[in-house]
Amino acid sequence: MMTDIIQKVKNLSIGFRSKKGDEILILKNISTNIKKGETVGIVGESGSGKSTLALAMMGYVKHGLYTIGGECQFNSSNLLKMKSKDLEKIRGRKIAMIPQNAGQALTPNLKIGYQIDEALQLHSDLDEREREKKISELLNKVRLPSPETIALRYPHELSGGQQQRVAVAMALAGTPDLLLLDEPTTGLDVTTQAHVLELLNFIAKDTGTSMVYVSHDLGAIAQVSDRIIVMYSGEIVLEGPSRDILKKPIHPYTYGLLKSIPKLSLAGLPESMPGSQPQPGTIQGGCSFFDRCNFSDDNCKNNSPKLEFLKDLNTSVRCFNYEKLVNENEVSQTVNKIKNKSLDKEILNLSEVSISYAKQKLLDQIFNRISDENPTVKDINIDIKKGETIALVGESGSGKSTILKSIAGLLRTKDGLIRFDEKRNLSSDLKERDPNDLRIIQLIFQNPDESLNPNHTVEEIIAQPLKLYFGLKGEELKKNIIDLLQKVRLGEFYMSRYPRQLSGGEKQRVAVARAFAAKPDIILCDEVTSALDVSVQAAVLNLLQQLKEDFGTTYIFVSHDLAVVRAISDRVAVLYQGRLCEVGPSNDVYKFPSHPYTEVLLGAVLEPDPDIKPKLVAEDIVEERPPEKGCSFQGRCSRIVGDICKKEIPPWQLTDSGNAIRCHIPIKELQKQQF
Amino acid sequence: MKVDNIYKEEKKSAFVKLSEIIITMASRPSGLIGLSILVFHIILAFISPYIAPHDFKAIDPTLMLQAPSAEYWFGTDDLGRDVFTRTILGGRTALTITFFGSLIALLWGGLLGIFCGLVGGKIDDVVMRIVDAFLSIPWILAMLLIVSLLGTSTEVLIPALGFFYGKGIVRVARAATHDVIAKDFIVSARARGHSNFSIIWNEIIPNVRDAILVEGAMRWSWMLLGFSSLSFLGFGVSPPTPDWGLMISNARGLMSFAYWAVIAPIVGLSSLIIGINLTADAFAKALGIDRSTKAPV
Ligand SMILES: Nc1ncnc2c1ncn2[C@@H]1O[C@H](COP(=O)(O)OP(=O)(O)OP(=O)(O)O)[C@@H](O)[C@H]1O
Ligand code: SF4
Ligand code: SF4
Ligand SMILES: [Mg+2]
Repeated sequence: MMTDIIQKVKNLSIGFRSKKGDEILILKNISTNIKKGETVGIVGESGSGKSTLALAMMGYVKHGLYTIGGECQFNSSNLLKMKSKDLEKIRGRKIAMIPQNAGQALTPNLKIGYQIDEALQLHSDLDEREREKKISELLNKVRLPSPETIALRYPHELSGGQQQRVAVAMALAGTPDLLLLDEPTTGLDVTTQAHVLELLNFIAKDTGTSMVYVSHDLGAIAQVSDRIIVMYSGEIVLEGPSRDILKKPIHPYTYGLLKSIPKLSLAGLPESMPGSQPQPGTIQGGCSFFDRCNFSDDNCKNNSPKLEFLKDLNTSVRCFNYEKLVNENEVSQTVNKIKNKSLDKEILNLSEVSISYAKQKLLDQIFNRISDENPTVKDINIDIKKGETIALVGESGSGKSTILKSIAGLLRTKDGLIRFDEKRNLSSDLKERDPNDLRIIQLIFQNPDESLNPNHTVEEIIAQPLKLYFGLKGEELKKNIIDLLQKVRLGEFYMSRYPRQLSGGEKQRVAVARAFAAKPDIILCDEVTSALDVSVQAAVLNLLQQLKEDFGTTYIFVSHDLAVVRAISDRVAVLYQGRLCEVGPSNDVYKFPSHPYTEVLLGAVLEPDPDIKPKLVAEDIVEERPPEKGCSFQGRCSRIVGDICKKEIPPWQLTDSGNAIRCHIPIKELQKQQF
Repeated sequence: MKVDNIYKEEKKSAFVKLSEIIITMASRPSGLIGLSILVFHIILAFISPYIAPHDFKAIDPTLMLQAPSAEYWFGTDDLGRDVFTRTILGGRTALTITFFGSLIALLWGGLLGIFCGLVGGKIDDVVMRIVDAFLSIPWILAMLLIVSLLGTSTEVLIPALGFFYGKGIVRVARAATHDVIAKDFIVSARARGHSNFSIIWNEIIPNVRDAILVEGAMRWSWMLLGFSSLSFLGFGVSPPTPDWGLMISNARGLMSFAYWAVIAPIVGLSSLIIGINLTADAFAKALGIDRSTKAPV
């Protein structure tokens, strides 16, 4: 039986020494086995220690950390005690790793073929001839089109998904027995993600390689793993067969996590989990999940539970009260239904908006005009009602952020009008807007680390708009700040803190407070939850919804996560290559995806459910620029009707429920062919 | 119970912050040594006129090139002047001139760098070309030209040194500004409609200040070396004012038989330079700036 196990992690503890000299644990006494041919998913929030564990599995401990105890056995030798010379022989050949953003980590000035060749030279004993053959074999295996030409390209000439495939090919060069993947699809588009995961699944089956996936995304993990390990602040809290864990998680953390992830099939906001994961070294005895647990009792406060193996469930769980969950049925998700208070009054209207990034010729610069026959964003017509949440969705590069920038006045439009409140035209040039025009539209950004000045306290951050727009001072200013902090559920004592002293969710709350401080009519949300941990995301979404109901604010919400969009938005606008494909009520768009592109997008969504497999309709090719003529989606459309799609811009067609679709296929037919 | 100590950190006054930085600096041996040397030199510069045992300019032919003794601790030079007296006084001019020179370098280098980083595009290109062009002139040649045209008074030396040593700071300030300018909090401030001045003052300067200060401190030690080289060449301080560069230059021919006359100023000068260097390094570390990742200027 022993030979079945390829990697044996035994009582592994890794940590670092704090400035004060205390030993702080990042991994606490981890034991697990990886079997031959098995794929194991390690899930956890950022900071839970999942990457540290994966790195230890190849005998690597990050600079600044050290092994406190335990071992990682590979072929019955402890990797963590091995000399670096022996490790070199194993890494790449026996154990390979695909690090986070591996695609982007390719050497930019070397051709793809050359880079794979290097990996082959390093990790195999093939001669030049054989290597050449192997290169095209590998590129074929990762399903890159025409390997010969791809081998001659530079990394920047490939799309993100293709780069990721090259990284996979390089990892496979040494025909490893164990492949470690750290967030292999994070940062890729939904469609690309689904394709890459499908490829990895195929490779696992085809080659019998054991794989360890590390990800925060349960949706991705669900598609690939046989077994799942759930980590929480450096401990394994739950480990067992993938299906059981996703369908009937018996640990309160996993249970809550699954409940807080928005699902495509459900409109409305999922319940949120309170709090956030504790920082390493701050737990003082008791269960590490105690603060956030709905099932806790006094016992949990003072004693820490052991990882217990339950034979009949083939699952290990670290919880005193798991029995309460064993008898629960499948995770039943309750959602807070959105109260739709949107009025019929139009608040913002975009008509015929086009935006170009093209470098302008001198003559155009002199006349201060923009000329571009084929602009990045074109013909955007949307009218947005007061109090509604409208979402812009589409793959990366579809122009979502570009449109937001123009609305905010940060990017000049080429053509078109942006009209506020039915009467006032807003210039897309900041300098031409008066202070009130600037106040009514506020932005919330993706990454609060970037959008909050690290040298300002929370008080200073929120004070900025209050001073700028309302000229508040002294006591009144302070009162307003405290008020706003309360609205985003932060206590008064946060005022004196710096962003680095806040957790991700808290930072985003501060950013939300800053946006509301201006008393805006419209808030532009650009991927506001994508940098947050899954368990915190739901809380921020709920907060946004609550504030909206209180203030009657209108949101324009950009996200690549279609489930999140489903949860929060009233209406959805689908964009491809800067052109609108479909605009309609969320319910409609999600229930009857009618535009071929919407179909592709929705089909590719990864749900944390082993029974829902993504449907890969179109290829995940990325187009450099929008086509000059005809339908923007013609290059990838699987239902293309012929020449008409290539020559004529498709007309808008309206469904009975008010969904507008832009396609040459008649509406009846579009809806008939649904999958 | 579960409160993390970093979460309890509160906003501090500038004074508390400064003392904390100094304590952090002193907690490393290299920082402690650097700080001690620097503080020693500064104190010495203030009190040396009062504690000097002899008159620094008293020439006595009968006492030429005396070896160190109980009366003349570091011996005497070729004109019979007390080397100890001249050594403890010899850093004053250099320290003062380079200190103010560094301030000027910080000011113009920092402001120009921030400006370039902020405007970007063509203007940035052109300005940086000009700065590069100046960088490629050997500074000592340019300095000699300036000094021979305008004289060696303090009013000439301070701005001239400040100018030449500010070029490196432009680079650092520009790079730091470039990093900050891409961040969303700047976009956010612009979208709110803050003025350019407010953006520079509130958003950019707090984020580039540390990098610029550290660079300035480093430049200070280089400037000290540069100034002493000028003196050595006879273009810095004019005799009989005691100055290390000048003393080394005068006594270097006597090295083989009156080493004391040259060793003492060398020790003085190099210890000060090392002291400033170590301090600047510790300062950078205490602020969390890793100089090794910055492009060499
Ligand atoms: N500053 C720029 N100069 C030139 N092209 C740009 C610039 N910024 C964006 N683009 C291009 O404009 C298109 C739309 O970009 P945008 O950032 O709006 O996409 P997005 O939908 O927000 O994508 P993501 O989901 O990746 O954020 C892309 O093709 C992009 O390459
Ligand atoms: S041990 Fe207690 S606090 Fe910890 S997860 Fe189980 S029920 Fe919750
Ligand atoms: S217009 Fe043609 S190419 Fe475009 S989505 Fe419809 S069928 Fe596909
Ligand atoms: Mg974007």
